[in-house]
Amino acid sequence: MMLLWVILIPLAGGLISGLLGNRSPAAARWTALIAMLLDGLVAVMAWQQADGAASGRWVLTFERDWIPAAGVRFYLAVDGFSFPLVLLTVFLGILAVLVSWKGIKERVGFFHFNLLWVLAGTLGVFLTLDLLAFFLFWELMVIPMYLLIAIWGHEHRSHAAIKFFLFTQASGLLMLVAIVGLHILHGRATGNYTFRYDDLLGNGIGGRAGFWLMLGFFTAFAVKLPAFPFHPWLADAHTEAPTAGSVILAGLLLKTGAYGLVRFVVPLFPQAAAEFAPMAMAMGVAGVLYGAMLAFAQTDFKRLVAYTSVSHMGFVLLGVFAWNAVAVQGVLMQMICHGISTGALFIIAGALQDRMHTRDLERMGGLWSVVPRLAAFGLLFALASLGLPGLGNFVGEFLVLIGSFQVNRVLTILAALTLVASAIYSLRLVQKAFHGEVRERWVIADFGRLEIVIMALLTAAIVWLGVAPQPVFRMSESPILRMLEDGSAAAKEGGGR
Amino acid sequence: MSSGEFQALLPLMLLAGSAIAVMLAAAFHQGHGTAVGVTLVGLGIVFASLFRVTPQQVGDLLSIDTYALFFIGLIVLVALVVTVFSHGYLAKFHLKPEEYYMLLLLATLGSCILAASNHFATFFLGLELLSVSLYVLIGYVFRRTTSMEAAVKYLILAAASSAFLLFGMALIYAELGSMSFGGLGVGFQEGIGGSKPAMIAGTVLMLTGIGFKLAVAPFHMWTPDIYQGAPAPVGAFVATASKGAMVALLFRFFGDFPVFRDNAVFTVFAVVAVASMTIGNLLALRQRNLKRILAYSSIAHLGYILVAFLAGGSRGLEAATFYIVAYALATLGAFGLIGALATREGEPESVDDFTGLFWQRPWLALVFSASLLSLIGLPLTGGFWGKFLIVTAGVNSARWTLVILLVLNSAAGLYYYLRILVAACRTPDLPSSLPALRFVDSALLGILALLTFMLGVYPEPLLHLIRSLVMAGNS
Repeated sequence: MMLLWVILIPLAGGLISGLLGNRSPAAARWTALIAMLLDGLVAVMAWQQADGAASGRWVLTFERDWIPAAGVRFYLAVDGFSFPLVLLTVFLGILAVLVSWKGIKERVGFFHFNLLWVLAGTLGVFLTLDLLAFFLFWELMVIPMYLLIAIWGHEHRSHAAIKFFLFTQASGLLMLVAIVGLHILHGRATGNYTFRYDDLLGNGIGGRAGFWLMLGFFTAFAVKLPAFPFHPWLADAHTEAPTAGSVILAGLLLKTGAYGLVRFVVPLFPQAAAEFAPMAMAMGVAGVLYGAMLAFAQTDFKRLVAYTSVSHMGFVLLGVFAWNAVAVQGVLMQMICHGISTGALFIIAGALQDRMHTRDLERMGGLWSVVPRLAAFGLLFALASLGLPGLGNFVGEFLVLIGSFQVNRVLTILAALTLVASAIYSLRLVQKAFHGEVRERWVIADFGRLEIVIMALLTAAIVWLGVAPQPVFRMSESPILRMLEDGSAAAKEGGGR
Repeated sequence: MSSGEFQALLPLMLLAGSAIAVMLAAAFHQGHGTAVGVTLVGLGIVFASLFRVTPQQVGDLLSIDTYALFFIGLIVLVALVVTVFSHGYLAKFHLKPEEYYMLLLLATLGSCILAASNHFATFFLGLELLSVSLYVLIGYVFRRTTSMEAAVKYLILAAASSAFLLFGMALIYAELGSMSFGGLGVGFQEGIGGSKPAMIAGTVLMLTGIGFKLAVAPFHMWTPDIYQGAPAPVGAFVATASKGAMVALLFRFFGDFPVFRDNAVFTVFAVVAVASMTIGNLLALRQRNLKRILAYSSIAHLGYILVAFLAGGSRGLEAATFYIVAYALATLGAFGLIGALATREGEPESVDDFTGLFWQRPWLALVFSASLLSLIGLPLTGGFWGKFLIVTAGVNSARWTLVILLVLNSAAGLYYYLRILVAACRTPDLPSSLPALRFVDSALLGILALLTFMLGVYPEPLLHLIRSLVMAGNS
């Protein structure tokens, strides 16, 4: 029941603040903030109550019939792999409300409605384990995101919003076909027509059918991730979105793709995934290097950060298909830390844009003397992004590299090259924006109290994850081992046939 | 005729009676309100009488089974909605529109006969009753030149397609010696005719007639002009009731007479389905006229329904039925909105007319987006489950090519629907010139939108109804 509330609270909060927005913008903001805080509280309480009693795959479940005629159930479950992501969602959600506090002045109610519904959709994606219900949430988070970009975005917002929508929808529909295909093939084989994740595990669908179904899922997740050839939507969407939208896109929506790969693609189709792994890992490495290269060439602050996401998410793809405990733990770590560090960089970019009305790095320069506090945080998160030891991102990337080195040396070595590349683009960002000579005489305000609080929270999180990542590992260890087992056991069984 | 049979025919007779009542009422008490009142009461009684019918075969000509009852119910409800929208719409033009409602009732009767028909005679009778009424209805607001043009176009094309249909029927009759669907099926099973050229030619000629009413490619040419030219409520009727009745007939006819199991005929159907999906979506991409976009998209939607038809089996029928209901709700909403916002000068047809709708008329925008989102097939709208069921049916019968093409097409379809929504989200330059709505219209639009969302969140009741009525009647 508590799990249901975790999704319902943002939905309800969004509705209320949408209705309040016309009368009083402040009320809408407060409603949204309180809803997200409450949501975090409920999630943590639910986890703590259930954690001790947990046995079996899930720590906490909630299951009801939804549409028996179509075999769809409303099935929520959480384990140590998805719970950190739920926390990340709530955390970034709170920050997204806070960064919009001053920045969003028009249609405040509707803005918060969309914001909270994206968050609810994301929470639904992380919690739902009936495949069709999962697909509903998967789509549900796209529409409000689309509106966030299309209404509150920057200059080329319509174009960016449509591109984002088309990419995700087209790939999502392929996943729908794959879900239905899995449902029917599994039903024919066992007589059990179901979308339940637990039942579909170990389906033993191999061969060509399994490969194509796997590819259907993979495409949808790879577009969201985004993996190398599917990334064109990303830069536009991130750049044109309002700050809160960029934070959610980079921090959460990309993570749903990674989550899907780990949770669904490999465990459901172990055999096909094993066949496909070299290709997928190569795509990952291509993304790592290509993203870094593109990032280096950008002159737009937000675009640069957007392309670093392509690079960092390449690591995720590499780690997922290496498919061993170290790599997958690294993937989870990378997901969380990338969410925090990139979120922070987008907040900084947004703050600069609000003050200077430009994102052009060529027009910045020497900002350190103008806005020292902002610049200091900028440096910190640029360093996090380049993988400085002591900050969270290092842990994630390092584990992914260790894990995949055992599987594919050549590709791992190539991927490791990016440690140099990322240092170059991150330092170039800092150099262009904050150091160097002053190109234009900017007179702008430094971070205020609210922004300092936001940044302090993000800093605390990234440092904590960098210095003491153990709690995350402990929490996610057993579910990851179990998923690995699902993956490999079924692969052997399938291979034996 | 036994009393049971009489009772089974009662809904159809009541429909005919209502048409006469409207005519007589006009003789005694002229007035728009009276005509609408009589029509609404008549349709209400017809709908109520559906629940008193014991499903049965009536003579050779009509089969009033649960399958027919479901579709008759749907058509009558659509007619009710169209009547309410027509009232507001026609009032703007200061016509004396009593005969409009009579014609609408006759068109409804024609559609209902199609849905219940299981004989060539009733098939043709229903079709002509529907078509002839539509000729007049489409051109009803004759002061608009597009309306007149549309009516003439529809008249010529519909008459031609009826001729093809008749010829096809004649060929099949000549081959199999029966005119009832059941008899044709028996003849076909026994292998009379087999795959003789005349049979195939007959089927394809009939497909011309059926395809014309469904507006599937390559028989779609009339659609955009008629949708654009016809008064919006009539457009809604053409798009929903007339097509719904034809879909009902399509499944019944080819269910009894499974000629499409023949490879050549199957290929023809598959080509029609693929062509409809592709042509409809591609032509809509560059349109800026809302009614023409709806027209092209309806071509694509009927293509999707044909995919369900080709998937066959009970899943295919279930999918197509669900889809037509969801599609009817969304289409009625869209056309209803256009009609309700019409003025004497014309209807808000261009996408630009809806610029900034979200900010000036948020509730209206919500209703409008419910329709569009359902037509896109996004989750939490009825359209999603329709698409889902079609995909399920297609995958179940391993029609992978068709399913993949359907999916790619719906992705392409997103673009033009989204453009409308983008326009609605844009900050308007000018204050909106859209007129205020009548209370009845806005209430009805609200109900349609609500139903679309309810169908999206909880489709179980409708699925259940379809299973118990449609599938039981046509198994």
